[in-house]
Amino acid sequence: MDSKRVLVTGISTYWGGRLAQAIEAFPEVEAIIGVAADEPQVELERTEYVKVGAQHALLRRVVEAAEIDTVVDTRLVVDSGTTSSAKAHENNIIGTMNILAACAGADSPVRKVVFKSSTHYYGCEQDDPAFFDETMERPHPPRTPIERDIVEAEASLSDFAERNPGVSVTILRFANVLGPDVRTSHIKLLSLPVLPMILGFDPRYQFVHEDDVVHALEHAVKQDVPGVFNVAADGVLALSEVAGLLRKPYVPLLPPWGTSLATAVLRRIGVDIPPEMLAQLRFGRGVDNRRYKSAGFRYQHTSRETVLGLGEHLRLEPIVRGAQEPYRYEREVEEFLRWSPHVRHARERGSGLTRDQLVELQRLLAGYAETAGIEADASEEDRLAAAEERALAAERAATHAIDRVAEAEQRAREAVELAAQVEEAAEERARRATDRAKKAERRAAEAALKATERAKKAERRARQATDEAVDRLSRAERRAEAAAERPEQQHEAQPEPEPSPPPEPRPEPQPAARTAAAPLDHYDDLPEEDVIALLSSLEPADLRILHDYERRHANREGVIGAIESVLARGGTPV
Amino acid sequence: MSADQNALVPAEDLKQHLAGVEPDRQLTDWGRSERVEGLLDRTAAEFFYRYWFRTEVEGIENVPAAGGALLVANHAGALPPDAAMIAKAIREEHPHPRPLNITVEHFFKGYPGFSMLIPKLGCVPAHPANVQRLLYDEEQLVLVFPEGRKATEKLYKDRYRLRRFGRGGFVEAAMRARAPIVPVCVVGAEEAAPVFAQVGVMKRLTGLLYFPITPTFPHLGLLGMLGYLPAKFKIRFLDPVSFDEEGLNRDKALVQTVAHDIRARIQEELWDMLAKRRSVWFG
Repeated sequence: MDSKRVLVTGISTYWGGRLAQAIEAFPEVEAIIGVAADEPQVELERTEYVKVGAQHALLRRVVEAAEIDTVVDTRLVVDSGTTSSAKAHENNIIGTMNILAACAGADSPVRKVVFKSSTHYYGCEQDDPAFFDETMERPHPPRTPIERDIVEAEASLSDFAERNPGVSVTILRFANVLGPDVRTSHIKLLSLPVLPMILGFDPRYQFVHEDDVVHALEHAVKQDVPGVFNVAADGVLALSEVAGLLRKPYVPLLPPWGTSLATAVLRRIGVDIPPEMLAQLRFGRGVDNRRYKSAGFRYQHTSRETVLGLGEHLRLEPIVRGAQEPYRYEREVEEFLRWSPHVRHARERGSGLTRDQLVELQRLLAGYAETAGIEADASEEDRLAAAEERALAAERAATHAIDRVAEAEQRAREAVELAAQVEEAAEERARRATDRAKKAERRAAEAALKATERAKKAERRARQATDEAVDRLSRAERRAEAAAERPEQQHEAQPEPEPSPPPEPRPEPQPAARTAAAPLDHYDDLPEEDVIALLSSLEPADLRILHDYERRHANREGVIGAIESVLARGGTPV
Repeated sequence: MSADQNALVPAEDLKQHLAGVEPDRQLTDWGRSERVEGLLDRTAAEFFYRYWFRTEVEGIENVPAAGGALLVANHAGALPPDAAMIAKAIREEHPHPRPLNITVEHFFKGYPGFSMLIPKLGCVPAHPANVQRLLYDEEQLVLVFPEGRKATEKLYKDRYRLRRFGRGGFVEAAMRARAPIVPVCVVGAEEAAPVFAQVGVMKRLTGLLYFPITPTFPHLGLLGMLGYLPAKFKIRFLDPVSFDEEGLNRDKALVQTVAHDIRARIQEELWDMLAKRRSVWFG
């Protein structure tokens, strides 16, 4: 199986960071996602960092969203000098179970799990074989907490492998690691001015160079090598030999009996010797490294070369210390470098990406956004996630659109002929429609003309009527003048039926005209309660009219009061 | 999961992946030191072999010049000198001198001082996996004392009477590695370091494997352990027993039979050598 989409756990650890850097160089790996509760310690080019610990629900979402096919678990604590045993236990047992839970299941995209373990699995005992091979069980139950953790974690891995036969599970058991960059309890011990030993013991030690550790993990990602493998460099050295290679005196600081008491004293003066290291200082350990070699892996360093390299580094360290500033993860800078359109280098790289890879990136982002989106407590991240999600949705839509455009183009080409026919038909119909429209227009114009004529006639008739009215008025006036000499009663009744409109009402707006008239037929017959009930459905303007009318005619106090109160409420009747 | 998958790797394949020798190193991967061994060989071993025990060797040609072979010998005495003398005999008399790996009790790995010194002299803990690796993968000579601790605990009065050969683990190891077994008889060791009594209380107090009373121990201190009497040493290598077929080691009955046969052969040869011996001190 080819690993294309890799998830590296413990990206904040030295190993996670180194491995991600190494995998970045593989062109066939299209997605690398690093998860950890803390930020990465090394500079990463195209690895996406997702801040998530070993919560399996969140991990599962990341795994599914990014369609991870390979999970490399580099997070196991194998050195109890680096953290408290409770934290180590939490990480080693609960963390491993959670990560496996995130990869398990028939619907999981994960096809390969690579697990970084330690040769502490075998322990150090008096009746050990000189070279442990992978088929050997440890002769005694684990004695130190870290060994118990490792044995238990590996047990849950074999259980996982049994339950998920479709997943290739590789467990790599690494010997004590040495190198210029990694920090372990053993390197601290070897950095002391003298090499402490237990009086009368010269244990056998096998080391592995830090670069070989990374290459071994890489090998398991690149190749399919299911099973358990020891990873330890060629050559088993006696501790006295190590001291000689480091050019340090070999001092029997620890007594053969009551050793743990002496380590307690040493801890007081700052020399921490964890229990698993103490067992190793007494009995030592060698492992058989041939199985991983037969699986195609080649070591670049022997144990002796590893120790010599460390010796050179230790001699140089006091001189170059502090010359290089350590890397610090800055989220904003990382995101700028990855996603900003202004980053030239990234764009050049981007132009080299295929469309698939771009889609890939988007999907990756989607996975991240989903993960970030559920962290409801961090509002800033929420907003960020939301924005990213929206951006993503758009991007996804665009991607889909690209696909659909291709399809549509095909369909369009097929549709061209049909469209041509349709177009002809449409043109025909359009022509006919135009004709009809023209006719309609003509008819409309005629109608308009007729209407104008009729309007003119009506106007003329209105003018004639006005003239007649004026005539009749003047006649009436004359008659009135004539009648002035006659008794006055006749004069009184005469002007009343006259349609001569008073000068004021004509320019007055409608509401004022209505003031005089009752707002409704039989309004005055309505009982007071009904009128008040009606008020609620009236506009403020109508209310004012009603108010005026009531003042002048009906003058019912209750109604007036109700109207006023409604008006006072701003015209919004309840 | 793991065991099955790993079992698929053929042993021949693994053999070619053995670590190469780094010429600058003075120790082997087993912790054996050429320097310490050479020093002892030139001094104490030389003295005891040539002048103190005046060792006589028969049948050295039965030790193969190449390939793995398991040497099985009788064993006796407090801190027995027999292993060192067999190793010295091969180095001195064999046309192709080869180093001999001597299997010892796990006890030595846990005891301060011994733990440091014993591996440097070419001793390896008697673990089946160690024997297999030495015989099959590294094709070396391995010496075992199947009687084990029971032999060193036995008293002078029981001399040259072989104890039980365990469960035949040595035969199984040889069969699995398809290496020949070379039975070895040693006469003289019982008289060189006779044990008159074992003190159980002192054994518990010191945490040692056993606490013998010998002509020089404990009254001459720890060095008294090396205070051997000048008995005449005779070493006889018998005809090797070969196991060429694969999978013989799974036949437990066969393993037991072969173990018994070898024990009987060594015992018979011992009687023969003792019968011919005219003097304990002069042979």
